[in-house]
Amino acid sequence: MTTHASAKNGGGSLFTPFNVICGIILLIGAGLTVLRFTGGLGAVTALDDNNPWGIWIAFDLLCGVALAAGGYTTSAACYVFGLKRYHGAVRPAILTAFLGYALVVFALHYDVGRPWRLPYPVFVQQGTTSILFEVGLCVFIYLTVLFVEFLPVALEWKGWPKTRNVLVKLTMALTILGVVLSTMHQSSLGALFLIAPTKLHPLWYSSYLPVFFFVSSMFAGMSMVIFEGSMSHRWLHHKMDSGHLDASDHVVLGFAKAASYIMFGYLSLKAFGLAMDNRWHYLLTGYGAWFLFEVLGFVALPCYLYAVGARDKNIGLIRKTSILAVLGIVLNRFNISLVAFNWQLPSADRYFPSLGEIGVSVFVVTVGLVAFKFITTRMPVFFEHPDYPDHH
Amino acid sequence: MNRRTFLGLMGAAGVTLGTGSVSHAASAADVKGLPDSGAVLFDATRCIGCRKCEEACNTVNELPKPQAKFDDLKVLETPRRTHADVFTVVNKYQPAGAKAPVFRKIQCNHCLEPACASACFVQAFKKNETGAVSYDASLCVGCRYCMIACSFGIPAYEYNEALTPRVRKCTFCEPRLKEGKLPGCVEACPKEALVFGKRSEIIRIARQRIMDNPDKYLDHIYGEHEMGGTAWMTISGVPFKELGMREDLGVEPAGSYTSGALSAVPVVVGMWPVLLGGIYAVSKRKDRIAEEEKQKAVTDAIARASADAEAKLSEELTKAEVANKRRIEVEVKKALEAAAQSQTSGEEE
Repeated sequence: MTTHASAKNGGGSLFTPFNVICGIILLIGAGLTVLRFTGGLGAVTALDDNNPWGIWIAFDLLCGVALAAGGYTTSAACYVFGLKRYHGAVRPAILTAFLGYALVVFALHYDVGRPWRLPYPVFVQQGTTSILFEVGLCVFIYLTVLFVEFLPVALEWKGWPKTRNVLVKLTMALTILGVVLSTMHQSSLGALFLIAPTKLHPLWYSSYLPVFFFVSSMFAGMSMVIFEGSMSHRWLHHKMDSGHLDASDHVVLGFAKAASYIMFGYLSLKAFGLAMDNRWHYLLTGYGAWFLFEVLGFVALPCYLYAVGARDKNIGLIRKTSILAVLGIVLNRFNISLVAFNWQLPSADRYFPSLGEIGVSVFVVTVGLVAFKFITTRMPVFFEHPDYPDHH
Repeated sequence: MNRRTFLGLMGAAGVTLGTGSVSHAASAADVKGLPDSGAVLFDATRCIGCRKCEEACNTVNELPKPQAKFDDLKVLETPRRTHADVFTVVNKYQPAGAKAPVFRKIQCNHCLEPACASACFVQAFKKNETGAVSYDASLCVGCRYCMIACSFGIPAYEYNEALTPRVRKCTFCEPRLKEGKLPGCVEACPKEALVFGKRSEIIRIARQRIMDNPDKYLDHIYGEHEMGGTAWMTISGVPFKELGMREDLGVEPAGSYTSGALSAVPVVVGMWPVLLGGIYAVSKRKDRIAEEEKQKAVTDAIARASADAEAKLSEELTKAEVANKRRIEVEVKKALEAAAQSQTSGEEE
C-alpha cells in the first residue's frame, strides 16, 4: 500500500496515486475558485431566482453538518454516558467533526454572495427572528468548541504539555456544550424549511422537520463514525495502536445497535408526521414512491441490517450498512432542499447542479481528506502519545 | 427596536418557554393591518397588458433597458417573473371560460409581516411606516434565505455580480413616496388599474367596487389576509388560481411557522445541561458505587482469609502446646520413674 511504503521510507515519492488524484482535484478547485470570485455565482453555478440554493447548501452544508454529528454523539457516549470503551473512537470522531464543520464554513465562502460578511450576523446586526441566525451562531460557537476539543491532540504532537493539560480539564464542559449546540443547529437546519410550507412537498414538509433533522443527525453521526472507521482501518491501519484496535469492534457493535434503535424511533416519528397532517394519500403519487424509496430503502433497511449485524456480531455487514445509512442521509437532505423543494414549478424551472458546482463540492471533500490524512499520519489520533498514556 | 427584534431577543435570552404564543398574541394585537401605511390595489378587470407600468418602473429605478422594447407585447406570450433588473412584470392569462385574456401585474407585495424580514439573519429587510419593505444592501451577506422564504417568489439576485451582489426587488418607490409622489407604475397606469392610498382606504375602495359590481368581481380581496396581509392587494373577475396566484398560502404570517422552533431554544439551552449533567452524575455515581463494592469485596475477602489463617494458627498452636505438654509430662514421668528405680536399686544394695 502506498501509505505504508511512504511511511516506511520516511517520505518517499510525492507522486503516489492518492497525491496525484488529489493534486488534480485541488488544481481544478483553484480554477473554479478564480472563476467564482471573478464572474460571480452565475459563472459557476446553475442557480437562478427560483432556485437560490443548490448542492453547495444541500451537500456541503446540510449533509456536511449531519455527517459531522459523530463528534457530539461519540464524545457524549464516552464522557457523559460513561461508556469508557468508546474512548479510542473519540479522537477520530472529534477530528472528523472539526474538519467537517471547518469545511462547511469553507464551502459557505463560495455559496454566499459576500463571504467576508459572514461574521455580520454575529457581530454587526443580529436577525434574531431568523432560523438561519440560530444556525450561524451555533455553527460559529460549535466550530470553536470542536477546535478547543481537538487542540490537545496538536499540543501533544508539538509537545506543549501545560496548555494541553489545562484544556483536557475542560473536556466535560465542552462535551455538554457540544451536545447543546448540536441539538440546536442540527434541528435548526430542518427548521430552515418551515418558513416555506407552500414550496416544499407535503410529504417532506412537517412541523416535525427540526425533530427529524436532529434525530437523523444522531444515526448519521454514528454511521459516519463506523464508515470512517472502516476507511481508516483500510488505509491508516499502521497508525493505530493496540488500544484503538481493541476498542474499535466494540464501538462498531455499540453504534450499530444504537443507530438501529434511533432509526426505529425516527421511522415512528415519520409515520406520526404523516398521520398528524393526514398526508397518507400522497404516498400513492410519484413523489410518494420516491418518499417510500427514501424511507424504506435508506432508513428501514439499514435499521434492520444494523440490528441483524449487532445480533450476529457481524462487523462486515455493519460496515456495509453504514454506507447505506450515510447515503440515506444524503438522499434525505437532497430531497428536502432540492428534489421536493419547488415541486410545483414546471420542470423547465427546476434546478440541476452544474459541473462547476459539483467540482467545488468534490474539491471541498478532497481538501478534507488531505487534511485528515495529514493530521492522522502525524498527530496522536489513532494512537496514544507515549507521554500522555491512558487519559486523553 | 421593533417588535421582531424585541421578541427575537426575548427568545435568544431564553426568558420564557411561551415565547411562541406570546409573539402570536402580540402580532394580532399590534398589527391590525397597519391601517395608515401605504397600499396599492391592482384591479385585474381593468388591466389591458400595455406594459406602461413595466416601463415606468424601469425608468424610475434606473434599471438596464431590456432587449425587447416595452411596447413589444409579444413578450406577454410567455409567463415571466421578477429578476435582478426587472422589479415588475405583467403576465397574460387565458382563464377557462373567459372570452378575453386577463392580465396580472407581479411585484413585491410588501407584506405586513414579511417572510424575507423574518428570515434575514442580519435584518437587512424592514417593514416601514410608508408600507414599503425595504432592503439594506450594506448589511446583506448574500445567503439568499429571503428568496427561499418568500412564498410569492419575488426577491431576485445579482448572480453575475462577482464581489457586490445584491438582492433585488420592488422598493415601493419608497424615495418617491417620501417626496409625496406616487410609485412609478401607479403613476404610469393609463387605465387606473392601480390605485395608491392608505391601506384601510384601499380595502374600502376594493370592497366598494366588489359591492357595486357583484357580477364583475369575485368576493375576495387577495392580500387582505394572505400571509398575514400584504400592502399590495388584488381584485379579479376570475379565480385567482387562473392568474397564477396561489390560493393555499393561508392567513398566517411566515414568521409564525418558525416561531415554535425558535421558542424551543430556551428549553434546549436550559434543560440539556441539567439532563446531561444528571446522566453524567448518575453514571459517575454508578461507577463509584461499583468501585466501592469491589473494594469492599476485596477487603472482606482479605479479612476473611486472614481470620481463617489466624484461627488455623491458633489451633495449630494449641495443638502444638498440647503435644508439648504431653511430651514434657512423659519426660517428667520417665525421669521420675528413672529416679524411683535408682532409689529402689540403691535400697536393695
